[in-house]
Amino acid sequence: MTLLATLGLTAFYGDFQALFGVDLTVAEGEAVAIIGANGAGKSTLLRTISGLLPAPRERILYRGQAIGALPPADIVARGVALVPEGRRLFPSLSVEENLLMGQQCGRKGPWTLDRVYRLFPMLRERRRQPATSLSGGQQQMAAIGRALMTNPELLLCDEISLGLAPVIIRDVYAALPGIRGEGTTLIVVEQDVNRALGIADRVYCLQEGRVTLEGRPSDLTREQIKLAYFGV
Amino acid sequence: MTAAAQIPAYRIERSTRASRLALVGFVVAVVALLSLPLWDGEDDLGSIVEICYMLALAQCWNLLAGYAGLVSVGQQAFVGIGGYALFAFTILLGVPPIPAVVLAGIAAAVLAFPTALIVFRLRGAYFAIGTWVVAEVFRGVMGQIRALGTGTGMSLPVAISRAVAESRAGREIVLYYTGLAIGIGTVLMVFFWLRSRQGLALTAIRDSETAAGSVGVNNERTKLAVYLIAALATGMIGALIYLEKLRISPDAAFDVIDWTADVIFIVVIGGIGSIEGPFLGALVFFGLRYLLADYGAWYMILLGATAVVIMLRAPRGLWGLLADRFDIQLFPVHRRVRLR
Amino acid sequence: MDWINAIIQGALIGGLYALFAAGLSLMFGVMRLVNIAHGDLIVLASYLALVVVETLGLSPFVSLAIVVPAMFVLGYALQRGLLNFTLGGDILPPLLVTFGLSIIIQNALLEGFSADDQKLQVGGFETASIQITDQLAIGWFPAAIFLTAVVVIALLELLLYRTALGRAFRATSDDPDTAKLYGVRNQHVFALATGISLAVISIAAVFLAVRTTFDPASGPARLIFAFEAVIIGGLGSLWGTLAGGVVLGVAQAIGAQLNPGWETLAGHVAFLVVLVIRPRGLFPKLAD
Repeated sequence: MTLLATLGLTAFYGDFQALFGVDLTVAEGEAVAIIGANGAGKSTLLRTISGLLPAPRERILYRGQAIGALPPADIVARGVALVPEGRRLFPSLSVEENLLMGQQCGRKGPWTLDRVYRLFPMLRERRRQPATSLSGGQQQMAAIGRALMTNPELLLCDEISLGLAPVIIRDVYAALPGIRGEGTTLIVVEQDVNRALGIADRVYCLQEGRVTLEGRPSDLTREQIKLAYFGV
Repeated sequence: MTAAAQIPAYRIERSTRASRLALVGFVVAVVALLSLPLWDGEDDLGSIVEICYMLALAQCWNLLAGYAGLVSVGQQAFVGIGGYALFAFTILLGVPPIPAVVLAGIAAAVLAFPTALIVFRLRGAYFAIGTWVVAEVFRGVMGQIRALGTGTGMSLPVAISRAVAESRAGREIVLYYTGLAIGIGTVLMVFFWLRSRQGLALTAIRDSETAAGSVGVNNERTKLAVYLIAALATGMIGALIYLEKLRISPDAAFDVIDWTADVIFIVVIGGIGSIEGPFLGALVFFGLRYLLADYGAWYMILLGATAVVIMLRAPRGLWGLLADRFDIQLFPVHRRVRLR
Repeated sequence: MDWINAIIQGALIGGLYALFAAGLSLMFGVMRLVNIAHGDLIVLASYLALVVVETLGLSPFVSLAIVVPAMFVLGYALQRGLLNFTLGGDILPPLLVTFGLSIIIQNALLEGFSADDQKLQVGGFETASIQITDQLAIGWFPAAIFLTAVVVIALLELLLYRTALGRAFRATSDDPDTAKLYGVRNQHVFALATGISLAVISIAAVFLAVRTTFDPASGPARLIFAFEAVIIGGLGSLWGTLAGGVVLGVAQAIGAQLNPGWETLAGHVAFLVVLVIRPRGLFPKLAD
């Protein structure tokens, strides 16, 4: 069953158009990767779906309902949570308070403080510390944990490997199967193509605000991906 | 194909047809105002002086808030200092009144320097309230000085107002030309300042403080220069105001409503960040005051509400609305690129 | 002994300034809004208490039961209906809109109540005192003021650091866009902050109206006291704000003791001295 669909989605920053008619569908329980170069519109797509950027109402459907024009608070209340690019933890809140911010939307489900601490044990050790005292990888885990605390049906992950060492990236990605195990659908935006292909059921490639390729990782050749990614 | 062929022909221009017409209009208005005492008698001179000094105060505040991002709510400090300095120079030191007006402006600029060192430590809105506190300090201190009449204030001795001119009519004419000179002088000063290198820097600061810092505008120094220049002009205006009023007291001279609130309303309603705005704002301000002279508090409520609505709905004021609709600029401070 | 009495008195009254300041810094902390009409809203609360006292025949302290919730509602509505529209990158709209509001409130009060001085009466309580030694006495009323200030600031501290709403306040202050992602409705949260701010200042407004006279033009002085206490105490720290209020109150008491005309001037001077030697205040917390 289709969980999320965008239909000819456009997005603007002032006069600058960042998305040109993006069609995307995600089925319940799927893991979808969105790849593309810097500036291809990947983050814009996730920000638009979460309501941070305005969209025409009918261009985004969630469980068949038009959610394009809803504010972010309503979208997260329906079960769509974003792990924002750059992690964006609240610096004056402790680690635990950052996680508790996820409960602000009032959704109930399997994810509790205890469950998040079991997924990322080092967060429990540091729960009283300011969020800014964590290392980059730990901050990324806290940001994922914060989004999980909203008990999402659909989790949007924006460049969760950005700026992290390869071993740390492996640890962060190791958490994703457990999250899918709770029935959560995933959209992962990633510049690291191999990392993305490794976890995804399906891949979309964006280039300059347009979808240039879509398919199952096993069906795509390296040449196809290269062409869609770089356009040369 | 060469690169040059791809760039359309263009020229950079500053003056426009509207601004050339405006220059003609400005000259005609100045000539009319200069010759006014010859054909209109003396009845309107006082009102025109008042319009001149409110316009001049508005131009100064606009330079601070609209261009340098220094939103001061304490410009009454420099009106008061100017007024008191005039009294001090003429009564205590025997300086003739008109030179004393200039000296009063210099005194205001000199006191503005340590003031700036303190209030520049505050940012944004806290800067605004900080300038207000400083004005209150000046008011409190002036109220303690016995030679200047303490809290009850003092009057300018008749001998000194005689020194302006022997007859009452003569005094009015001298004050009229002084007022006109300060009004026109302030407008021209702001105009040429904005066309200068520092003016470009100012517009850069206004548009983005961090970006301007990164392209090498020395923000603090430019802001300080603007602050001192505004204090100089405001001090001279204050001296002129009290040379006309002949009586000064701390509460009146450092009044936030008369010398700052009204001025802010003129700028906001007319259009902040443009030279034309304060002209339009002064027109609205004096027009409303004329119409609502009998309604006291309601007049201020209406003025405040108008400013609030304009700030929310048309943040560049009435002039901004006109300029957008007709694409005009009467005081050409911007350069524009025209494609042929 | 006069000196010691005056200084103790000033320190206790400083509690009021701390409450004014706490309201100002709560709004600044949550949404970076400096409300120039803050002082006029304080005076408005005093007039509201006056009306309640005169029409219902209540004691000023009992009138708080009406004034505080009324000011909370006013604050919520003011933020939702007007001030939220001024927020954004530019500092001019909030500053100039609240400045306009200040002038509107002053003149509306002038129209409604005339320029006469007003005062709230509480009978003998205002002047009663506890004799510590035969020369040293602490007024019941200043003591009550200070105690109230400590309790209110402790409650605010609890609200900010121990509740979900406080967490939302701090998160929104850090990063309003990201806070939205987790269900924070910024417009509502901002309105709650202003509501709480006005509720806090209306408590202090009633106490101050018992102690000194007020008129429609008293607002700016109240704003300036609040602002001075914030800066003296250091941005972002509520207990620092209490200390700032006490320093201001003591400075004013010392000034008044030297010369009755120097009361407020001495407070301003204390503020300027702190600004020059410790620009970030005595107990800074926020790295702005």
